[in-house]
Amino acid sequence: MDLMEFQAKTVFAKHGVRTTVGAVVTTPEEARAAAEKIGGRVVVKAQVKTGGRGKAGGVKLASSPDEAEEKAREILGLDIKGHVVKILNIVPAAAIAEEYYFSFLVDRANRNYLCIASAAGGMEIEEVAHTNPDAVAQISIDPATGVDEAKAREIAQAAKYPADVIDAVVPEIVKLYEVFIAEDASLVEVNPLVKLEDGNVEALDGKVTLDENADFRHPDHAEFEDISAADPLEAAAKAKGLNYVKLDGSVGIIGNGAGLVMSTLDVVAYAGEEFGGVKPANFLDIGGGASAEVMANGLEIIISDPQVESVFVNVFGGITACDAVANGIVQAFELLASRDEHVSKPLVVRLDGNNAEEGRRILDEAGLAGLERVDTMDGAAKRAAELAAK
Amino acid sequence: MSIFLTKDSKVIVQGMTGSEGTKHTTRMLASGTNIVGGVNPRKAGQSQDFDGKSVAVFGTVADAVKETGANVSVIFVPPKFTKDAVLEAVEAEVPLVVVITEGVPVHDTAAFFAAAQASGKTRIIGPNCPGIITPGESNAGIIPASIAGQGRIGLVSKSGTLTYQMMYELQEFGFSTAIGIGGDPIIGTTHIDALQAFQDDPDTDAIVMIGEIGGDAEERAAAFIKENVTKPVVGYVAGFTAPEGKTMGHAGAIVSGSSGTAAAKQEALEAVGVKVGKTPSETANLMREIMQNLSK
Repeated sequence: MDLMEFQAKTVFAKHGVRTTVGAVVTTPEEARAAAEKIGGRVVVKAQVKTGGRGKAGGVKLASSPDEAEEKAREILGLDIKGHVVKILNIVPAAAIAEEYYFSFLVDRANRNYLCIASAAGGMEIEEVAHTNPDAVAQISIDPATGVDEAKAREIAQAAKYPADVIDAVVPEIVKLYEVFIAEDASLVEVNPLVKLEDGNVEALDGKVTLDENADFRHPDHAEFEDISAADPLEAAAKAKGLNYVKLDGSVGIIGNGAGLVMSTLDVVAYAGEEFGGVKPANFLDIGGGASAEVMANGLEIIISDPQVESVFVNVFGGITACDAVANGIVQAFELLASRDEHVSKPLVVRLDGNNAEEGRRILDEAGLAGLERVDTMDGAAKRAAELAAK
Repeated sequence: MSIFLTKDSKVIVQGMTGSEGTKHTTRMLASGTNIVGGVNPRKAGQSQDFDGKSVAVFGTVADAVKETGANVSVIFVPPKFTKDAVLEAVEAEVPLVVVITEGVPVHDTAAFFAAAQASGKTRIIGPNCPGIITPGESNAGIIPASIAGQGRIGLVSKSGTLTYQMMYELQEFGFSTAIGIGGDPIIGTTHIDALQAFQDDPDTDAIVMIGEIGGDAEERAAAFIKENVTKPVVGYVAGFTAPEGKTMGHAGAIVSGSSGTAAAKQEALEAVGVKVGKTPSETANLMREIMQNLSK
């Protein structure tokens, strides 16, 4: 789960990292009140989970409460790379002397942690890494030993932070590592990390990605959950415990196993090229098992998506064999009927794997309205795309 | 022959007495796996019956290893307890530890992987994976043994169901070993580890490699293939239509920026001569051609 800037700074502050959380507002009037309270010049910052806010006009300086209200009105509702601004962070304008880059992340390639740090901050670090790789230090961290003061000093020197800020930056690095570990973050990024004119070092911005697998250790992370931002279908699916992602196309997809479902999306999009660019409408992994309820819940979400024209159920019978899956589908239809819902869109089912023949026989005998059986993945994808194009 | 797992493997199950552990221990036994024990500190000294076969329960992994000479452990314990379970197996110097559990915090995996590296005695497969099967010999994990039999294709995959799908499509040829390495950000055994082992295995003639979006493991595997693999390799990559920045079930399947896309992975693999199929079936057809040519 990605955090917004103010949430990231809240987490930083909890671990003693120097930062200014400021005020969080949702209306221009609140922005004015916050600016009045803070006094002096303030910065109005859009809270969206994407980069490039500054360039998109999402961060503005205001020298009075009037101006703060005006800037807030400009920024609220702005669309930044598909993220509509609903929340603003108001902070006092900092007296910045220098800007640096700093981050900790999980290093998939080396299967440990990586620290990326650079004295060149305030711009796209990818750009700096590309044009001037020597300016970006990459320091490997052993999870067994972590980051103590000595390691933090090594990092600060490798990053070529100026000699006069090393003593101030070292304790911040140690505390940022504490955030990374103690909060179960897979990314902690500070861009920019700034030296203020008074010599102090502060995290002016923050990006944190929390590992949802570790939620059991962090009941307090539930407050960061941003339900309002989610697509309504995604929210409904989540409430039913389904692993669903809304996409833009017209073929609804249900399958078992994340890899198979992802592959199903590709195969549908590939088959859909023939029918004027038909695309998958969603990702939905119902996992192992063949519970009629999970199948019914999945179908319910998918048929309530107005963009869906056809549905493709792609199941490989492994541990749960095809006969059990077929029974699950039949019962799901009954369950939906009992909820006064009907599968009003054509459904293509591909069942293959263990006990495939028995599963297919069960489906044929049930004679479910609108259900077609196609026995290969490629063939079924083609049929589903064709039905969606009609 | 095979990789990592053979008919001589002596397997213990951590979490055997739980519901998942019990279900899959039954299945592993039915497919011929030599299961010599289970571990549960609260049930030490007891035994559990699996369709007429009695399996002893030990209090610790160390006890189980000492009593049975076990050299493989399969782990089914819940995510909360997985780190401690793996560390216990690493400490007992179990040579192969297969972590089936889904939902393990990445910092826990980082910690137990670091411990295994430091000891130098343990290979970890997973977490969040279906395990490893050497058909006809041994099955450590949850891959249904009925899908395909013994043969000369090696399979390595990030995804469980795509592993099953591919084994099913190529069941006429069978497999030396099929291994699901899992899609988490940190995994104990990588595509490269499996490719190296299949290259060295005299009973593997050709290799299928299944990847998916996220990270750059496939790109690194491509570079490795160029330098080290002479056996034919066929590839498949899932996730061409996945939108940027959305997670689709596997923690590993997150696209960020341009690197890590399915297209980039396909390009990297094709650049080193790996044939990449557009669909699982097309990929199976590419392998079918190779196997038919090899048998000529």
